[in-house]
Amino acid sequence: MKHLIDIMQLSIEEIDELINTAEDIIAHPDEYAEICKGKKLATLFFEPSTRTRLSFEAAMYELGGNVIGFSEAQSSSAAKGESVSDTCQTVSCYADIIAMRHPKEGAPYVASLKSTVPIVNAGDGGHNHPTQTLADLLTIHREKGKFDGLTVGLCGDLKFGRTVHSLINAMSRYDNVKFVLISPDELKIPEYLKASLVSKGIAFEESASLEAVMPELDILYMTRVQRERFFNEADYIRLKDTYILTDEKLVNAKEDLCIMHPLPRVNEISTKVDDDPRACYFKQVLYGKFMRMALILKLLEVTK
Amino acid sequence: MIIGQIKDGIVLDHITAGKGMDIYNVLKLGELNCTVAMIINADSNKMGKKDIIKIFEVIELDLDILGYIDPGITVNIIKDSELFKRKKLSLPDVVTDVIKCKNPRCITSIEQELVHKFRLTDAESKTYRCIYCESKARKQ
Repeated sequence: MKHLIDIMQLSIEEIDELINTAEDIIAHPDEYAEICKGKKLATLFFEPSTRTRLSFEAAMYELGGNVIGFSEAQSSSAAKGESVSDTCQTVSCYADIIAMRHPKEGAPYVASLKSTVPIVNAGDGGHNHPTQTLADLLTIHREKGKFDGLTVGLCGDLKFGRTVHSLINAMSRYDNVKFVLISPDELKIPEYLKASLVSKGIAFEESASLEAVMPELDILYMTRVQRERFFNEADYIRLKDTYILTDEKLVNAKEDLCIMHPLPRVNEISTKVDDDPRACYFKQVLYGKFMRMALILKLLEVTK
Repeated sequence: MIIGQIKDGIVLDHITAGKGMDIYNVLKLGELNCTVAMIINADSNKMGKKDIIKIFEVIELDLDILGYIDPGITVNIIKDSELFKRKKLSLPDVVTDVIKCKNPRCITSIEQELVHKFRLTDAESKTYRCIYCESKARKQ
């Protein structure tokens, strides 16, 4: 039995396999409509999330399966002090696969140690969010047709942004990928990630200015400065509007730039940018559902 | 005071000067019934100064803890007043319940039953990271 806790658990070949399955689902949705009939997905969300939870649930429904679960810790036994491990062992008795979001880093890994069904990490604090990365990878694959040789700009909260960390790790495995890390000093990527890029000899540059690096980017991955990751409200207020993407800032961008965002957006991308053909963030949401469908099939070992 | 020769026991030699008491405490040597001798700032040709601990009984030692705290230690096991075995330590791959994860966002911060486990991720820089949240261990 396999779990997905960290995107790096998947080999490049496995990611290719998931992308191929997702492409097949997009091309032939009817052939997958009943494929998980009788199977149950449990969505255990100890932290509020609309997008990810609904994406998982929509994915399971579109495969013909059913969904059980909770959407906040207060409506689970966690409110009574039950451990993550106990909750997941219990839910393992009811469901065939578990998607879990938790505010504490490492919680899904703890769950996977005792669970008798596959655990999917649907986000653990500022740590990992592998299925968002799967959505990101399918978006890049569909928009650019390749992973090798791309210059990937990541902008905003690179310190606490788990989607950024997972995407950097995943894209680091492809040839000649360059990262451009755009953030204020306070929100730079963690030192361990930077050390990892250095040790692997992966090209990257850091910039405080989005406009300065815009012309070289193939991908621009915008992120939200998340209120819930700050202990101090004053720090959040000071940094939240640091980078806002507008039409003006895109003047010098490549014609085929792919603008991505894990969403939800607050104000870091002007709504005027939505009409730009280079804006891919809503397509990214759709691709996320298809990749979650592919992942559910893989972990449940269900084949067409 | 003369520290007698050990008949059966353990000599922890080449302890970095100043770390003897840390090791004494971590190994809970104060709870033993046998004689334990601590020599601090002994002259050493190799190290200049070193600490030495003599335990007058052969006990089970957690070599992972010792290796994590001070990988240069030599463990000499004495039987019938003769050197029976000499062990060189190395950095352990995993240490359990030696380092506490200080990341307030780590799952270990709310689940008290979880063991605090750290994995060696870079031997050159002696970097250990929490297996749950990947935070770097701070020397404690």
